[in-house]
Amino acid sequence: MKELLLIAVGSAFVNNVVLSQFLGICPFLGVSKNVKTAAGMGGAVVFVITIASFVTGLIYKFILGNPNIMGGELSYLNTIVFILVIAALVQFVEMFLKKAMPSLYNALGVYLPLITTNCAVLGVALTNVQNGYYDDMSAGIGLLTGVVNGFATAVGFLVSIVLMAGIREKIEYNDISESFQGTPIVLVTAGLMAIAFFGFSGLI
Amino acid sequence: MNKCTERLYNGLVKENPTFVLMLGMCPTLAVTTSAINGVGMGLSTTVVLIMSNMLISMLRKIIPDSVRMPAFIVIVASFVTIVQFLMEGFVPSLYDSLGLYIPLIVVNCIILGRAESYASKNPVLPSIFDGIGMGLGFTVGLTAIGIVRELIGAGKIFDIRVMPESYEPLTIFILAPGAFFVLAGLVALQNKVKNNMAKKGKKVPETVGCGEGCASCGNASSCSGKIFPTGEEDAKNE
Repeated sequence: MKELLLIAVGSAFVNNVVLSQFLGICPFLGVSKNVKTAAGMGGAVVFVITIASFVTGLIYKFILGNPNIMGGELSYLNTIVFILVIAALVQFVEMFLKKAMPSLYNALGVYLPLITTNCAVLGVALTNVQNGYYDDMSAGIGLLTGVVNGFATAVGFLVSIVLMAGIREKIEYNDISESFQGTPIVLVTAGLMAIAFFGFSGLI
Repeated sequence: MNKCTERLYNGLVKENPTFVLMLGMCPTLAVTTSAINGVGMGLSTTVVLIMSNMLISMLRKIIPDSVRMPAFIVIVASFVTIVQFLMEGFVPSLYDSLGLYIPLIVVNCIILGRAESYASKNPVLPSIFDGIGMGLGFTVGLTAIGIVRELIGAGKIFDIRVMPESYEPLTIFILAPGAFFVLAGLVALQNKVKNNMAKKGKKVPETVGCGEGCASCGNASSCSGKIFPTGEEDAKNE
């Protein structure tokens, strides 16, 4: 339990997915104009990454990394399989939500197709394998660790994109020098946020 | 041959993926802690881009329109895996320092973007040169950012000391925040040049890219058409 908590805090804050690992920069810069859409995007990312890390975990544990199938040497297919699974999964989730939970679909729907290849999703799937979550531990614990890591990473994304959107809403009213308007001031803000997030490194 | 040199110029200058289109921001910010990492990432992306452009262009009449995205993704992912293993075997130190970002070349929007907007509509040779041009443009962008960060953050360029011994390196520039600051500075510089051009009444190239509200950077299917001038527009210009 303690280990899971450490992994969660580590991926959500200390190694924040956007501000220290630079994954998912594009939605971070693109969809952070106001808090509402940013929260929608963040929510969709949490949803997809959590499911994706579970499914890719299952596939790795039982097929690609399974020592009984080709001696576990299929893991060279990781990248190809994961990206296809993620792309298919997002489509599937979209169809399922549309049918089963229309209210959630209305809230997240527009953002779902946008995250098909958001690099954070593939990034989490690959880090789960690289960190050896599925190798060292028994199947159940390994999968749980992977899902916790995915969920926490996505929460880190949600936190940073909502913070960024809040700041950007205020920046609108500021008098910014001409050359720094638009993307540059957003990048400077992100840099300052990254410095602030360094403060979390003492946590673990 | 003229068309090929035009593609090179287009990738390196007119539609430079890093500075003009602002694509592939994740590797741009993440791996440019030193100039050599920038070169390594740029070149490996270039190789994948050239190979995938070539293959997709060859297969453009065979792949059905409705499944083109998954097909492109499989092609790109295969080349990325090949490059990944070659790098692990021959340049292990570079492989270690680039780490996770090598498999993530798959989701680099430059590659799927070029596949969708150029290679799937044009013959093989121009597509190869388009890949070379875009790839080198990306390499130049990454190297430039890498040089700035390494110079300020470590006082070195390509691991050779250029600053005097008394120079105190600003370590923050090779850490995460430095990436944002350097890129902000470079984009601001570019804006300044554009603004000056506008004041002098010259034609200013339109701002494009995911920094300007294209949320779907990663999603080439809904993105590339809007970000890139597509093949049809190229044809019109000519």
